[in-house]
Amino acid sequence: MHGKELTEHVVFGLGWIYLILVVMNAAWTVRSYKSRRHFELPEVFGGAEVPTAGIWAAYTAILMMIATAHFTGASNPDDFLLTMPDVIRNWINLMANPVSFFAASTGLFCLMIMFRRWLVQDHIGWLLLNASLVFTALSMTDYDFRQIVGKPDNVPIVAMLFIVGFFTWLYFKKAVENDDRIDQGRPLLEQENNEKVLVWPDLVYTELICMVVVTAGLVLWGIALQAPLEEPASSVKTPNPSKAPWYFLGLQEMLVYFDPWLAGVVLPSIILVGLMAIPYIDFNKLGNGYYTFNQRKFAVITFMFGFLPLWVAMIILGTFLRGPNWNFFGIYEFWDVHKLEALNNVNLSEYLWVYSPLNSMFGGLPTAPAGAGALEGAGYIFLREGLGIVLVLMYFFALPPILAGTVFRRFYLRMGFLRFMVLANLALWMASLPIKMVLRWSVNMKYIVAIPEYFFNI
Amino acid sequence: MSVGDYIRNSQIWKSIFRHPAPYDRRNRVIVMLTNFFLHLHPVNVRQQGISLSYTWCMGGITFFLFLVETITGVLLMFYYRPTLEWAFNDILALRDVVTLGIMREIHRWGAHAMVITVWLHMYRVFLTGSYKPPREFNWVVGVLLLVLTLLLSFTGYLLPWDQLAIWAITVGSNMARATPFLGHEGPGYQILNIGGYDLITNASDARFILLGGRFVGEETLNRFYILHCVAIPLVVATLIAIHFWRVRKDGGISQPL
Repeated sequence: MHGKELTEHVVFGLGWIYLILVVMNAAWTVRSYKSRRHFELPEVFGGAEVPTAGIWAAYTAILMMIATAHFTGASNPDDFLLTMPDVIRNWINLMANPVSFFAASTGLFCLMIMFRRWLVQDHIGWLLLNASLVFTALSMTDYDFRQIVGKPDNVPIVAMLFIVGFFTWLYFKKAVENDDRIDQGRPLLEQENNEKVLVWPDLVYTELICMVVVTAGLVLWGIALQAPLEEPASSVKTPNPSKAPWYFLGLQEMLVYFDPWLAGVVLPSIILVGLMAIPYIDFNKLGNGYYTFNQRKFAVITFMFGFLPLWVAMIILGTFLRGPNWNFFGIYEFWDVHKLEALNNVNLSEYLWVYSPLNSMFGGLPTAPAGAGALEGAGYIFLREGLGIVLVLMYFFALPPILAGTVFRRFYLRMGFLRFMVLANLALWMASLPIKMVLRWSVNMKYIVAIPEYFFNI
Repeated sequence: MSVGDYIRNSQIWKSIFRHPAPYDRRNRVIVMLTNFFLHLHPVNVRQQGISLSYTWCMGGITFFLFLVETITGVLLMFYYRPTLEWAFNDILALRDVVTLGIMREIHRWGAHAMVITVWLHMYRVFLTGSYKPPREFNWVVGVLLLVLTLLLSFTGYLLPWDQLAIWAITVGSNMARATPFLGHEGPGYQILNIGGYDLITNASDARFILLGGRFVGEETLNRFYILHCVAIPLVVATLIAIHFWRVRKDGGISQPL
């Protein structure tokens, strides 16, 4: 099924990707040769010292052969062997669901921070880049993967993944270096070679080159990929799935867990207010104008957690993994409109009144008797949703003082009341998304407070 | 005397450029002070402030992309009419008929790229702590510019008037329906009523204001077109001016004063 969709065109195109990899790794081999790095073979292989460049040369040679195979072996694409193995495809499809996706992205985030020292070594970064490029190239042999990733509008998102990855790596590289320098009392990276230079020519020429490169890139991109144009607009033919523009797909993904008034209005507003508030709640005077991690751990981890797993990863999820009916699909999975997913989510009030001993005592959810006035009806609603309302109020009003007195006591003392309360509330809003996700996955929680009568569901 | 020298010594040249060619140190200073475009920059900067591995160049690229979008956008406006009758057909013509028809491609890819570069610019400013005093307010201006960039992209998304366009905008703008108090499916809209008549209906709520109608239609197209081509760019240009001015006044892109 999969192999059939492989065309000559695709195989030939992939040849180019491998050729680029060959060129990249040839350059890397030269760099490695000049650095004269060696490593020791394990005892079984004789324990000899081998130049690292040898390994890279061998790898480059293999890539060269793979590229050649792509350029020459496309006469019968059905029999082409260099494809993503079905075992891996099926396994990834099987493992892929929102829970594992979020767990993986959060887990990777934690690992990245814990093992940053290991990560920032040049050859590790290069290995990861190679691994991700080869993985992408192999995945492109899958028809369904190509359908999603190859959409012209999705190409920038794939590029963004690599670019964000690169700059995050670069940040950690510089931050780790600076943290070492601070520990040893040496001047920072940014303090070396920091004398004043004339803007003409140093900056003006950089800008000119930059403009030329960006323009050339855009023109090439514009020639290579045509801007998408679908059928003329029709207000009766609803596409499935209907997706917002890609940069809002993180917000659209939140709709799975929150009602539109929260996911579409309140949370985006809080994100913006929160971003604007950053300079006023960050009381840390260190880390102004240089890369560092150790001196501002809390700030960097919080911001990165918001940007990487909660924003970029959610966009990836919304763009590549959400198909018809907003169902979750693995990256190699066919977007089947008829895929069914059992949805029996339960409100907190139903847990309290229906699925507990209270059910036999009071006979289900408290409902206002027929003919009850508006005020009486509201009273019944408060009784029904009382537990949820109390929990939400406690989350936003009782938790900050508790945090101020315990875990974040030092923060509170240094920040003062107002700053701390703003910080605590913003942090709690940010945490509300993962909390609601985990509640949904673990106990099928639909709403903590469910007042559909007034469109007020949390 | 060479041709170049002859041109540079002519009355016309000297009337346009108020300084000699920046070949020596003195004139490299003077050029920065006397040229309108260059005077956005200071005369000299710290090495670190222009080091690519430090700045990632993302703010500069974002600004350049804004210029690219403006130029290609103006070219597109020559061909495009924001009406139900013509919008889609004009885009078709842009693709199939117009000579050198990659302006729409450059405009669209440039827009996507600009969203990404704005994010990365913010990422870099955060990671270098460059929002710290005295640059707090410039960070706030930057956040506003980020929002406006997204809105520019969002309003532009509708203009091709194909299925991709109207349904993306429909999905995006449906959120406004749920605005607390001001959306007709938002919590608390019932509070705004006079004598039992709701003030907030599907013909008067936040979504209606955004779309100019109860669904994405011709009014919406007109509204988004004006927002996209006139209103938001004017605001963005103003804020960019403030953003750059503050960079100068706050003593460069980074580091305490």
